[in-house]
Amino acid sequence: MELPEKLCRITGIGQSEVGRPSPKNALELTIDACTEAIADAGLRPEDIDGVANYPMKSLEGGGISPVSVGEAQFALGIDATWVGSGTHEGPGHMAAIFAAVMAVATGLCRHVLVFRSVAQAQARLASRESTLLTGRRERVDGNNAFTVPYHAYSPANLWAMYAQAYFDKYGATEAQLGWIAVNGRRNAMKNPNAIYRTPLTIEDYLAARMISTPLRLFDCDSHIDGSTALVISHRDLARDMPNPPIHIEAMGMALSGLSQGVFDGDFTAIRATRAGEMLWNRTDLTPKDLSCAQIYDGFSIHTVLWAEAMRLVKPGEWLSFVDGGHRIALDGELPINTGGGQLSAGRFHGYGHTHEACVQLWGRGGERQVRGARSSLVCNGGYGYGALLLRTD
Amino acid sequence: MNLQVEPNPAAPRKLPELEPLTAAFWTGGEHGKLRIQHCGDCGHWQHPPLARCPKCHGANLSADAVSGRGRVQTFTINHQAWIKGVDPRFVFAVIALDEQPELYVFSNVLADPERMRSGMQVEVCFERNDDVWIPLFRPVGES
Repeated sequence: MELPEKLCRITGIGQSEVGRPSPKNALELTIDACTEAIADAGLRPEDIDGVANYPMKSLEGGGISPVSVGEAQFALGIDATWVGSGTHEGPGHMAAIFAAVMAVATGLCRHVLVFRSVAQAQARLASRESTLLTGRRERVDGNNAFTVPYHAYSPANLWAMYAQAYFDKYGATEAQLGWIAVNGRRNAMKNPNAIYRTPLTIEDYLAARMISTPLRLFDCDSHIDGSTALVISHRDLARDMPNPPIHIEAMGMALSGLSQGVFDGDFTAIRATRAGEMLWNRTDLTPKDLSCAQIYDGFSIHTVLWAEAMRLVKPGEWLSFVDGGHRIALDGELPINTGGGQLSAGRFHGYGHTHEACVQLWGRGGERQVRGARSSLVCNGGYGYGALLLRTD
Repeated sequence: MNLQVEPNPAAPRKLPELEPLTAAFWTGGEHGKLRIQHCGDCGHWQHPPLARCPKCHGANLSADAVSGRGRVQTFTINHQAWIKGVDPRFVFAVIALDEQPELYVFSNVLADPERMRSGMQVEVCFERNDDVWIPLFRPVGES
């Protein structure tokens, strides 16, 4: 039996303007991104028969998922036969894409519209405090009960401990880690839709204020308002559509215990290693075949842990690889986060990475185009892990 | 040895719910004990507590006292003020308890941040807030 992802192609992409905050509300941003993606695929809303987003609309404050599938579907005039939301308990942000792949591969849908919208900058206008503290309840429960009572309100505190453990084990340094942020900014300066486009040097990085040792300001991504969309179509239909179809060559996923507060290992690796095993077992390609990689950077340390989980280097070697910023530059051995990543382009929450991979594979990168890009890895998530290997014909 | 420490009025804590599986962890300090879920069948220690033993799948689980000793697996020193009115400088750490490899507890370490090192030997103490005895750690020999 053919693997489900081999039956699917990405046929269109769209992204709204980024805002911090945006003058548009979240539904308007979503309509902008979706309309662009549908048109890019050469389709009309009437042609779309499936819609998926990530995650399900959240009624909590914070703007993490302000638009439901239903709201988008009816606003766009789509008459879908299948809709779905990817949950946190799956391949992380990639859950909606995986769901769309399964809907297309099983014959349920011909063209699935996938979107991800965030309105986290608008939410911060209402409250600048940690979203964990703005809840109405007096006490915390679940996995938050093991961090919040210790004043560890932010995921920055948790991921900082991974960075410290990694530094201690491998002798890596803060200046090496800084190249992930500096590289992102360098690329964001060539991305008209990136939120931060002023130059950033390694000296600027090191001089910035500490958030939670050893993570500094520029190791942390920034909340934004914005939406990203893509269309996933059956390969038989994709042949006759305007864009050269992008193959989903392989996918991989894993779920960590972090949302349950369950930790294993020595804090220098994440269970995304299983996503890496799964992905590379589903293709004849190898890391050496990559033209570029879009690697999750909610915090810079995610990029380190993901790169090693995906076997791009051996454990403990990624920060030597990025040191100096040459190998990961647009003209380097393996360009990464070519649109600026979340650190500089803004927290499109995983979907910016998939969008950027398609930009590169369709040669639309302009000043930031990687010459001859034919394949890109995409890795998303800090708690649940999803990865795609995308390629052109 | 005094195992009780006083809350810092400059840094009030948001307290945990006492849930059926977690209450023992949060209240063991009343009697000076750190209590961790323990499988009566296979002897596996588990934290945070789960509904079944993840090693043998058994339900014969109880919250038993551990030595309260361990070492710092990794740590961070927070600088960012996440909430107004709370002193932002604290040490957050993963403590690897002595009883079993990879038996981890998250906590604050009551130590000068400049002296923090991975591998540092620590022991438990407790800070009472209302009906919760928050397990905290400090360097061995500093009680």
